[in-house]
Amino acid sequence: MDKKTLTLNGKTVEFQAGQTILEVARSYEVFIPALCYLDGCTATGACRICVVEVKGARSLIASCSTPAENGMDICTDSDRVRKSRRLTIELLLASGEHNCITCEKSGDCMLQNLAYSYGVDAIRFPVAPQPHPTEMMNPFIIRDFSRCILCGRCVQACQEVQVNRAISYGYRGPTAKIIAGCDKTYDESDCVFCGQCVQVCPVGALVEKKARFKGRAKDLDLVRTTCPYCGVGCQLWLHVKDGTIVKVTGVEDAQPNKGRLCVKGRFGYDFIYSEERNKTPLIREDGVLREASWDEALGLVANKFRETIEKHGPDSVAGVSCARSLNEDSYQMQKLFRAVFKTNNIDHCART
Amino acid sequence: MTNSFGEFSKARMFFVIGSNMTEAHPVAATFLKNAVMNGAKLILVDPRRQPLADFADIHVQIKVGSDIAFLNGVMNVLINEDLYDKKFVENCTEGFEELKLKVMDYPPEKAAEIAGVSADVIRDVARTMAETRPSMLCYTLGITEHTCGKNNVMSTANLQMLLGNMGVECGGVNPLRGQNNVQGACDMAALPNVFPGYQKVDNPDARAKFEKAWGVENLPAKPGLMIPQMMEGLVDGKVKAFWIFGENLANSEPDIAKVEHELASAEFLVCQDIFPTETTRFADVIFPSAGWSEDDGTFTNSERRISRVRKVSEPPGDARPNWWIFKEIARRFGHDWKSNSAQEIWDNEVSVLAPSMAGVKYARIEADGLQWPVPDDAHPGTCFLHREGKFTCGLGKFNAVDWTPPAEVPDEEYPLVLSTGRRLYHYHTRTQTSRTGLDYLLPEETADMSAADADALGIHHGEMIMVKSRRGEVKVRANITHQVPPGMVWMAFHFRDACANWLTNPVFDPATLTAEYKACAVRVDKI
Ligand code: SF4
Ligand code: SF4
Ligand code: SF4
Repeated sequence: MDKKTLTLNGKTVEFQAGQTILEVARSYEVFIPALCYLDGCTATGACRICVVEVKGARSLIASCSTPAENGMDICTDSDRVRKSRRLTIELLLASGEHNCITCEKSGDCMLQNLAYSYGVDAIRFPVAPQPHPTEMMNPFIIRDFSRCILCGRCVQACQEVQVNRAISYGYRGPTAKIIAGCDKTYDESDCVFCGQCVQVCPVGALVEKKARFKGRAKDLDLVRTTCPYCGVGCQLWLHVKDGTIVKVTGVEDAQPNKGRLCVKGRFGYDFIYSEERNKTPLIREDGVLREASWDEALGLVANKFRETIEKHGPDSVAGVSCARSLNEDSYQMQKLFRAVFKTNNIDHCART
Repeated sequence: MTNSFGEFSKARMFFVIGSNMTEAHPVAATFLKNAVMNGAKLILVDPRRQPLADFADIHVQIKVGSDIAFLNGVMNVLINEDLYDKKFVENCTEGFEELKLKVMDYPPEKAAEIAGVSADVIRDVARTMAETRPSMLCYTLGITEHTCGKNNVMSTANLQMLLGNMGVECGGVNPLRGQNNVQGACDMAALPNVFPGYQKVDNPDARAKFEKAWGVENLPAKPGLMIPQMMEGLVDGKVKAFWIFGENLANSEPDIAKVEHELASAEFLVCQDIFPTETTRFADVIFPSAGWSEDDGTFTNSERRISRVRKVSEPPGDARPNWWIFKEIARRFGHDWKSNSAQEIWDNEVSVLAPSMAGVKYARIEADGLQWPVPDDAHPGTCFLHREGKFTCGLGKFNAVDWTPPAEVPDEEYPLVLSTGRRLYHYHTRTQTSRTGLDYLLPEETADMSAADADALGIHHGEMIMVKSRRGEVKVRANITHQVPPGMVWMAFHFRDACANWLTNPVFDPATLTAEYKACAVRVDKI
């Protein structure tokens, strides 16, 4: 295969046929901002933030959707490029209600960051009126159309990543909107609440309802863990504020889920905070359960098991371990039954 | 799973049987759908028109419980039309002649009649599978939850060996595990016949090894009881003291009335759980446990990947880590266990005692986990098993099996088949998901049935009906859907009211003692 090269900001670099300009740049750690581009999905070239200057080309070129060609001379950060990006950002800011004070995404918003780094100090265009009311109905996802920049990442996440095919582009011109089904609410559509659209939305147009006002990105610690539900074992980022999980997202690039989650992994985390949790050992006395100390409860169980084993032999006791709990817990329980009680009567719900 | 989720997006073909992946393993299904969108083929074998049917090249809607007849029919065609992988069969397997003899009893016409599909579709499946290789075979509880569950499993392995689809990337036999840590609980030996890492309790060497490691004598050699035997033991007095950690047996086992009678018969019952459940109602002592995110540790997923689980907060009130509770009981029996955290248990005990996990230490699984076997500290883990057709016990063994019908089949009094499973928005008996707002997306159980059956009974979508079996009856809302074929009712076990397990049949596969959740006979009455 003959080597292909191009010039990137004055440096000659090699690339593989089929790579886009954006991919080549990113492989050499040259940062080109992009809003609509979603890794692994078909590039749409919708946002025009990723434009670059290619010598000889009349207009600026969207780097996400343009294949790199042998001999191209590319500048990713020329004055012309910066000016164009700044104008695009201003237009996006004017396209809706980008009031960062009331936005959940502030501090973690790609548009806000771009506006700052391109020095946008005023919005010179009138702010467009909002034709679509915010959807607040379901308990998990808020759709704030006034903040939507129509980048289409959510559509790609739904169509190409999760393949749930619930949302698409609808209408045209000033009333353009991302629609669920034929413009229904998420509830009424084919949406299965995986929340992948929320995870990829670069701005505050799609946000987790349960996380609202619980802490901005800068106030949250990230803890990596494994989902407590099915046997796929997705990797999660727990977004934690003062020891409480306020939000869950998928760990990008992690095995096995590569950033993806389903409704249970993403929104099913807060059962641990239920007031109904068992909080203290209980002992049944005269038919009713009463609170007890650990020492009393452990002592009672140890005595009962000892007596039973002495009287009826080790195989008169049996235990069922938990297929949801930790490996170390199951190890410990079978060790107790085998090494201490001297029975192999230990099993778990392997069969359900 | 012999293979990995990471292979899904590269696979050229899938054979999915008895697995409602989009609902039960949603993220795995996304990778499968990606592959299909990129041109991979999908053969779906499922009595229901479940969501993956929209992506399938061939959807074979077999009758509930006819899997073996269907698979034998496919293998009959593969052999008769000379479409199987002779080289693999000769070099890597044994028992082919017996298999051949057996599947000759299942010509496509006969298999088709049992399975309720056409003979042509059976031929089509065989030819398609021979054409595009390898294919990944995936199954879930639709295969195992039958009185012939073990034979079903062997049948799927027969098919993949016959096609030479074992020991290769994007092939294999891949059971998707229902719960997050079923794989891990098995690996850790919460099973009556093995020590951690599947070392048999009836092997004297294994016993000697664990006696030394645990500092004890006379580890029991006789395999113990499985759950259904334990439960029956509660009634006949063989089991006097019973300890249930985490599981909500009163809702999750078949025939709730029977199960509750068994639990009520226990002389002494200990429950260890994060919530009060239908099961803890029967407890004499309840230990409050630390839940997910309240303790450090590991889970092992379906593809044998051991991943970290991390603590973010203390358990509420006086709740304690589960490993600590067991350790404290051991202490009261005079056993002083050294390990004092999950990491110490893993690094100093599990990985030392289980050879297949010897190379897994917490320091190595900070980010992505490792897939066992990981025999030593330098080993990168194993994406797929039986590389180049090398099976752990020499040759891959064909197990010729006959089709047997479910224990209870429809008759005049109970004319419909009830099949059960899980739905997307809930998990098991809802102890967790009912406390997360997910009830909003699925507030109650329904009985899913076909328009044809509903019409015949004069039942409207959404009306309350009565579903009855020989075990019990439930009042439940009718959900008329094209997913369910005529002759079938489909329900889940997420809700206590209208839980399918009031109806299911407590009969079990004789070897694995897995219950036949997937088939029993019911009648539906208008009320
Ligand atoms: S939540 Fe999931 S299914 Fe629903 S619109 Fe978003 S990506 Fe699509
Ligand atoms: S909702 Fe978010 S991701 Fe979707 S088009 Fe609007 S801004 Fe982009
Ligand atoms: S996020 Fe969904 S698919 Fe992933 S492990 Fe959790 S329950 Fe399974």
